[in-house]
Amino acid sequence: MAVDLPGAGAQAYLSPRPERVAAIERASGQRISLCYQCQKCSGGCPLGFAMDLLPHQFIRYVQMGHLEELWHTRTIWLCAACRTCVARCPNGIDLAAVADALKQEAVRRRLPAKESAVQAFHQAFLASLQNRGRLHELSMLIRYKLKSRGPLTQDLDLGLAMFRRGKLKLLPEGVRRQKEIRALFARAQQGGNGSGAL
Amino acid sequence: MARYSYYPGCSLHASAAEYDAATRAVFGRLDLQLQELADWNCCGASSGHALSPYLAHALPLRNLVLAEAQDQELVVPCAACYNLLRVTQAFMAANHEEARELNRDAEEILGRPYRGQVVVRHVLEVLSTPAMLGAIRASVRRPLHGLALAAYYGCLLNRPASVSFEENPEQPQRMEKVLAAVGAKPLPWPARTDCCGASLALSRPDLVGHLVHEIVSAARRAGAAALVTVCPLCQANLDGRQPKGREMPVFYLSEVVGVALGLKGAAGWLARHLVDPRPALRAYLA
Repeated sequence: MAVDLPGAGAQAYLSPRPERVAAIERASGQRISLCYQCQKCSGGCPLGFAMDLLPHQFIRYVQMGHLEELWHTRTIWLCAACRTCVARCPNGIDLAAVADALKQEAVRRRLPAKESAVQAFHQAFLASLQNRGRLHELSMLIRYKLKSRGPLTQDLDLGLAMFRRGKLKLLPEGVRRQKEIRALFARAQQGGNGSGAL
Repeated sequence: MARYSYYPGCSLHASAAEYDAATRAVFGRLDLQLQELADWNCCGASSGHALSPYLAHALPLRNLVLAEAQDQELVVPCAACYNLLRVTQAFMAANHEEARELNRDAEEILGRPYRGQVVVRHVLEVLSTPAMLGAIRASVRRPLHGLALAAYYGCLLNRPASVSFEENPEQPQRMEKVLAAVGAKPLPWPARTDCCGASLALSRPDLVGHLVHEIVSAARRAGAAALVTVCPLCQANLDGRQPKGREMPVFYLSEVVGVALGLKGAAGWLARHLVDPRPALRAYLA
C-alpha cells in the first residue's frame, strides 16, 4: 500500500501484517477489516482539520497491522469521541473505540503522547475520581495544570470568571462507600476485563 | 404523581448547579418527583473510556446497580452521563465474557449484580412526551413569543444511534417541540448535532475555540437570540469559549421552560452564566 506518511513528504510502502490486526480488533471490539475506505468518517470528522492522519487513513494503518505508527499520532488523542464517524460508517465501525484502544496501548508502553496535554487531562480527571468517586473540578484543574506543564496562566480568566459565579466549588464531595470505588479502580489496574492504562 | 430516581452527575453539583435547580423546579411544577440516587458516583466521562476499558463500563454500572435497587426509572440531565449509562446497558445486554466478568465483580464489590431492569431516560426525553408537552403548554404563564432559539443537541444524546430516543437520530426534533410548547420560535439551523469538542476544552482550547465559533456563527446566521442545550459540558464550553465581543447566551432547556412557567428562582439560575442571558429574556422574566 502506498501512503503519505505524516510529515515524511514522500510515499512509503507498508507491507501488511495481518497477524496484528486480530489483537486490535479484539481490544476495540471492532471489525476493522470491514472498512472499504469510503472516507465518510473523514468527511464528517470535526477535528480532522487538526489531525496528522485523517480517520480513514488511521483505519487503513490499523487494517495493515501497522499500529506503532499510530501510537505517536495526534489523531488518537484528538478524537473527541463525538461518534459522528460511527453514525456515518456504512460498516458500523466505531473509530473512537479503536482510538481508545490505541491510546491505552501507548500509555501502557509509556510512550510520550504527541498530544501530551490531552493525556494529562484524562489522567488528572481519573485521579480526581479515584479517591472520592466524584469529580472535584477545582482540584482536577490544578492537578491538570501541574501535570501538563503548560502555561499556568492559560484559561486563568475563564477560571476566575467561573469561580466568581460560584461554578467551582472549593470543597470536594465524595461517595460514602469509597471502598467500592477503590476496588473498581484496583480491578482496572490489575487488568481485569481488558486491561487498563491508568 | 410520577416518581423518578435522579442522577445529577458531577457537573450539576458544581459548575452546572443552575441546570440542577432549574430541572428540579420544572419537574416539581409538572408533578414529576425526582429522588436523588443515593451514593451515586461519577460516570467517568470521556476520560474513563479513553484510558480504561474496564472503568468505562464499571463506573456507570455502579450507578445502574444503585438505581435498580430503588426500582424507579432513572432520569439523567447530562448528555455525557446519559450516553455512558446507555452504552453500558448495551454492553451488559450483549452479554459477552467481559460483561459477565464485570457483573461478577459487581456482585462481589457492590453486593448485588446488575439485572438489566432499570430504564434510563434523559431529561429531554421525559419533557418531550406528548403528555408532558400538553402539561407544559397548560402550565405556561409567560409564553416566550418572538424568542428565536437555536436548539443545540451536540454529540452524545444521539450518537451512537442506539442510545437515541429520537425517531431520526440524525434529525432530532424533541427539543424544538419543547421550545414550541413554551411559545418560543425554534429555528432551523445546520449545526444542531455538530461536536463542540468539550472533552478537549481544557487540553486544546485553541481547537475547541474554533469549533465553538463555528457553532455560534451558524446560530447567529440563522437569526438566533440564544442557544439552548441539554448538556452541562456543551453549555460550559459554549458559554465560556466564545470570542469576546458579541457573545451569544447559552441556556439550558430547563431554564427556558422554567422562565416560561413563571418559576421563582429563574433570575438566580441566569445570574450564574458567563455570558449574561438576562438581556435576551428581559421581556419574559418575572
